[in-house]
Amino acid sequence: MSDDSQFCITTRDLSLWYAKFQALKQVNLNIRQGLITSLIGPSGCGKTTLLRCFNRVNERCGYVTTTGEIRILDKNIYDPDVSLISLRKAIGMVFQRPNPLPISVYENVVFGLRIHSEGGVKKSELDAAVEVALTEVGLWTDLKDRLNDKAVGLQLEQQQKLCIARLLPLKPEIILMDEPCSALDVDGTRAIEELMFSLKGRYTMVIVTHNMMQARRSSDECIFMLMGEVVEHSRTEELFLTPKNAKTAEYIEGRYG
Amino acid sequence: MTDEPKPTRARRSPLALVTERVVEVLIHVSGFSAILFVFGIFFFVFKEGAPFLSKLDWMQFLFSSEWIPTSSVQPKYGAWALIVGTMSVTVLGMLIAVPFGLGAAVFVSEFCTGRLKETLKIVIELLAAIPSVVWGFIGLKVMSPLIISVFQVPVGVNLFNAAILLALMSVPIMVSIGEDALKAVPDTYREAALALGATRWQTIYRVLIPAGRNGLLAAVLLGVGRAIGETMAVLMATGHAVKIPHSIFDPVRTLTATIAAELGETSQGSPHYQVLFLIGVLLFSITFVVNLAADLIVKGVRRQ
Ligand SMILES: Nc1ncnc2c1ncn2[C@@H]1O[C@H](COP(=O)(O)OP(=O)(O)OP(=O)(O)O)[C@@H](O)[C@H]1O
Ligand SMILES: [Mg+2]
Repeated sequence: MSDDSQFCITTRDLSLWYAKFQALKQVNLNIRQGLITSLIGPSGCGKTTLLRCFNRVNERCGYVTTTGEIRILDKNIYDPDVSLISLRKAIGMVFQRPNPLPISVYENVVFGLRIHSEGGVKKSELDAAVEVALTEVGLWTDLKDRLNDKAVGLQLEQQQKLCIARLLPLKPEIILMDEPCSALDVDGTRAIEELMFSLKGRYTMVIVTHNMMQARRSSDECIFMLMGEVVEHSRTEELFLTPKNAKTAEYIEGRYG
Repeated sequence: MTDEPKPTRARRSPLALVTERVVEVLIHVSGFSAILFVFGIFFFVFKEGAPFLSKLDWMQFLFSSEWIPTSSVQPKYGAWALIVGTMSVTVLGMLIAVPFGLGAAVFVSEFCTGRLKETLKIVIELLAAIPSVVWGFIGLKVMSPLIISVFQVPVGVNLFNAAILLALMSVPIMVSIGEDALKAVPDTYREAALALGATRWQTIYRVLIPAGRNGLLAAVLLGVGRAIGETMAVLMATGHAVKIPHSIFDPVRTLTATIAAELGETSQGSPHYQVLFLIGVLLFSITFVVNLAADLIVKGVRRQ
């Protein structure tokens, strides 16, 4: 493997159990740096579970066991000396339902900076970070006069953009998105997809989606999962045009889902 | 289609219909009776005290600390020391109870899982079920000697003793309501903070406490309501001396304890008797305001 450095996330024999139930089986993946990789598969196949392994939020439930390894930027994130806090700082996550915190728009964006800086940050730095982050997600013109409004009062599309914006000040390497558009309408979906394109290259993005058209439109590589296993992983057009596995072919033809 | 189900009502027997009506009426009656009882209680307490209203020297009642109701020459009804007694015991009790109560609520809701959580909740509910006279015993027989030996003070039944008892009594309420308030904070907020790399503690004070603020406040106010209205434990543990306290180790007397201790010895309709009822009205008004505040705040929570 000469181009190992191009891989941002590498898993080796990753298995995960919820109590006795095995949700991931021997997952081996190489996810490339700087690209958008989509995770598709029928409901319950373990997409969310896999995504939540990458920032180790699965461990919130005490009954989860994980074996195998995940190397992110050449470090096994299950090593005992890994700091969960800096891991999660480097890996942002966007959830299925927009979940801005019940504080102002401004405070949502600077939340990460506040919790990751010991002595407090200068107001001017915070202001600058808010402007940059909101501009990047295309909310600045709409919200610059409403920074002190409650974030939970925004439209869903704006909330989801805000949830992306609040990751940016921490300069993450990776952004994980779990069905980021499933709560949004057509326009909202388009807006978020456009946003993903504009962020591409600077961040490695992994998105879970139920929507095959979305996977096709927006991702460079695509992973098809079934019953906790990775069935196929290839470039998106290859996977959709010339699937190697019969099950993949059946799924993308819509025979089950 | 011929085999459509018949409307269910037609299949019911007349008896079932009658029972339903009766149950409905009973439910209405019990609902309204709650309101009726509250007003009824207020009315009767007020009616007993009312005749004295015109004769009452309000300045003396509210601002003098001379409480000599049994003097045959010149009885004095200054309730100021009693008001101060109630307030000081309550405030000190709450100063102790609020940090413990909210701390325990956070602990139970955010740090405990499974068995430990269930056990703790049961223990806390048991604590809430201890009758106040039992707390009084503990105040007299356990706390009092302890306070004397630890703080080297002459009397162990005093403001401090009663405040600790009140704290112990109101903590369980604060914990269970506070825990409910935190439980009501959507889990997505916790996940959002966690995924951004917040520690558990940062999540608590930056997200959960602001998000559950109203519910936590309501928990505190209900605890306060409990403390103000408490009688038996404070009667036994305050020392029951009518005086303005100068330190937390001075004995005091509260409004509630005064009523409980003196009402039995007054003759019905006497000025003393009527003043005690006015004290009842005063207490009722205080707890009413506290509860109303708690209620409005809880409503605020729901609206959010
Ligand atoms: N917290 C949990 N506790 C126990 N089992 C879980 C938990 N979360 C998920 N599972 C189980 O693990 C399996 C994989 O779930 P997961 O949520 O990863 O699927 P998914 O592919 O994201 O599905 P969907 O498309 O519906 O979101 C499912 O069978 C689910 O029932
Ligand atoms: Mg999912």
